[in-house]
Amino acid sequence: MVDFPKVESNGTIKETTLGSGDKAFTIGGESAYPFHTFEGKMPHAPKLAMEVWDIAPSEWATELNVVFGDVYQDPVAWAKRCVELGADAVMLTLASTDPNGNNAPAAQAVETVKKVSKEIRSPLIVWGVENDAKDGETLRAVAEAIDDRPLVLGPVVEGNYKQVGAGAIGYKHFVVANSPIDINLAKQLNILLGNLGVKDQYVLMDPSVGGLGYGLEYTYSVMERARQAALTQGDDKLQFPLFCNVGKEVWKTKEAKTSEQQEPTWGVAKTRGIAMEAMTTVAFLLSGADLVVIRHPETLKTVRQYLAEMMQ
Amino acid sequence: MALSGIQIFKFLPKTNCGECGVPTCLAFAMSLAAGKAELAKCPYVSEASKAALSEASAPPIRTVVIGSGDSAVKVGGETVLFRHEKTFVNRPGLALLLTDTMEDAEIAARVKRFGELRYPRVGLILKGELLAIESKSGDATKFKALVDKVKDVPEANFVLIANDVALLKAGAQALAGKKPLLCAATAANIDAVGALAKETACPVVVRAESLDGVAALTAKLEAMGVKDIVIDTGSRKIREAFIDQLALRRGALSGKNKAWGYPSIVFPNEMTQDPIMESLYAATFVAKYGGIIVLSDFRGETLFPILLERLNIYADPQRPMVTEPKVYEIGNVTENSPLLVTSNFALTYFIVSGEIEASRVGAYLLVVDTEGLSVLTAWAAGKFAGDLVGAALKKSGIADRTKNRKVVIPGLAAIISGDLEEELGPDWNVIIGPREASHIVPFLKQMVA
Ligand code: SF4
Repeated sequence: MVDFPKVESNGTIKETTLGSGDKAFTIGGESAYPFHTFEGKMPHAPKLAMEVWDIAPSEWATELNVVFGDVYQDPVAWAKRCVELGADAVMLTLASTDPNGNNAPAAQAVETVKKVSKEIRSPLIVWGVENDAKDGETLRAVAEAIDDRPLVLGPVVEGNYKQVGAGAIGYKHFVVANSPIDINLAKQLNILLGNLGVKDQYVLMDPSVGGLGYGLEYTYSVMERARQAALTQGDDKLQFPLFCNVGKEVWKTKEAKTSEQQEPTWGVAKTRGIAMEAMTTVAFLLSGADLVVIRHPETLKTVRQYLAEMMQ
Repeated sequence: MALSGIQIFKFLPKTNCGECGVPTCLAFAMSLAAGKAELAKCPYVSEASKAALSEASAPPIRTVVIGSGDSAVKVGGETVLFRHEKTFVNRPGLALLLTDTMEDAEIAARVKRFGELRYPRVGLILKGELLAIESKSGDATKFKALVDKVKDVPEANFVLIANDVALLKAGAQALAGKKPLLCAATAANIDAVGALAKETACPVVVRAESLDGVAALTAKLEAMGVKDIVIDTGSRKIREAFIDQLALRRGALSGKNKAWGYPSIVFPNEMTQDPIMESLYAATFVAKYGGIIVLSDFRGETLFPILLERLNIYADPQRPMVTEPKVYEIGNVTENSPLLVTSNFALTYFIVSGEIEASRVGAYLLVVDTEGLSVLTAWAAGKFAGDLVGAALKKSGIADRTKNRKVVIPGLAAIISGDLEEELGPDWNVIIGPREASHIVPFLKQMVA
């Protein structure tokens, strides 16, 4: 290869193995910027999780309804479908617990988690509703109820990290530390979790995702800055695998949902939504994502192919 | 690279005659270094020094202009590896492929899309800038005919793609004055293509199979006096092309590979048959250093997202995450349109205004200065209190623009409704809106139904 200036790293992202048994996988371990394997290591390809809700979503895009509509009422069947479609992991969002919606009690959500957990051997991410207090309660209950396998719990934020973190430590679950697109707050939360006693290899970092056209660049740059500090300044409080919940942010936008009849210049809605989800995923893979949550199986397929080509 | 005052001083006459407007050559050198003076102000600086100074102060990656007039596209001129260090300067140009083997109807449809696929966004019009005209047949007459057919497409800049210099020449003549990008000079034809670039003052692509080969070709063109160069590293696999882009940028910025100090051109159109894969390659080059990106087609479903990504990645990273506090008109407003209130956190504004737009109900949106905090955080910090929101509403003058006296507050801040009513007086009716932006569409539709 032609000679050009290389970046020497003095730090390595921590390696984390999610799940157990033959469906477990490892992420992290990078000693180079994403796909920069000419100057360092990227031992594991980033992984893709697909999202399942514990209640039928009423406002998902048509393209998603077409694929999953028949299993919306059955989270177990829905999760199985994701595994069949090739997802590395399943993210079960406990949408029923949203205080602005059904406000189902934690105990009820736990029952769904138990069912899905029993039927799905792939790593299982259990996700809240981005309400600090309610998530603290629900995720704590989930942590305690599932004692036979490691889960990945999130979003864990400054407002509930003690509650969820303590549950995670006790039952050997992983946590996704979520901060509001701010590198200093991300670092601070990692420190708080460390002080609480959560071991490094149990932490993933979620910088919060700005969607394509809706602040993607802020997330992109927080991630690049985090990787730069982790790899070249040896900042061990930022040396964690990065987690991005892309599907939700992409599919809620009007750009992904509006039909071509309504906006002819926007082109075919089906392809547009998938292209947006896949492109957003690629932007974050290029800035350091290790685990990305998406919604559409076509996104999974194209991003997989992209990863295979980029990891060669 | 920017030069220091002392470095510049070495090239000045050191006579301190004062004709440049400052008393000493050193003072003048300092002004030059600070960008506050023009070298032309010193009548005594030698031609040799001038050349040396402009050489030494040239940016590490040259800015190349393709086309002429207001819609010309500028690429290159980049100074950093990461956008958080400094704003990326020139957005990559997006080119739509036309070939001389396409049917007339296909060409017409593509030209139509080139004109129509435009997206207004935050005061800008997002669109592709170039037509890439490729000779597939090798037939000069066909190539020339195609160029003639599209040469007057409004706001188009051109890339002429052919291996034969005779074709490039015919194309350049047809596009006289429009400064098309000639693509490409290779080891086999560089003398002739270089001469054509020099004669027509058109920018030119060099193509080689390796980065060393690229350096040899750019050096050769420079020696011929051709400076507006664009680099094609020849890679047509995403991984290789990606690494090439990194190498070019790093080599040029570090000063170690000056011969790479030019913008690049990349060809996702030649890398796959699958339109979504192609858009992923384009997305890669938008983030990582593509100068011109050639696409096999412009289709709204992939072009629009690429344009959004380009807008995002090339945004000023220092730009605070706030929106100007004022009243925004969204959609077609009338004097009876509803008024909504939100915070000035930029992402909140984007999402709320996007939802209002999606509802197709014209509405006014009052953005209150919350110092960049989201609604709930701002309320908790006392920056979205009823009296403050009320004062902002009165100051905005919205009462003179609409007869409507209903103001919708975010559901998350429902608690301020009492204070707000008190502040606004009996004329106004405070309505508690949805807690989630995603519920705005049904809410507004119902409100006006
Ligand atoms: S005009 Fe030139 S020579 Fe005279 S003081 Fe200025 S820099 Fe020096």
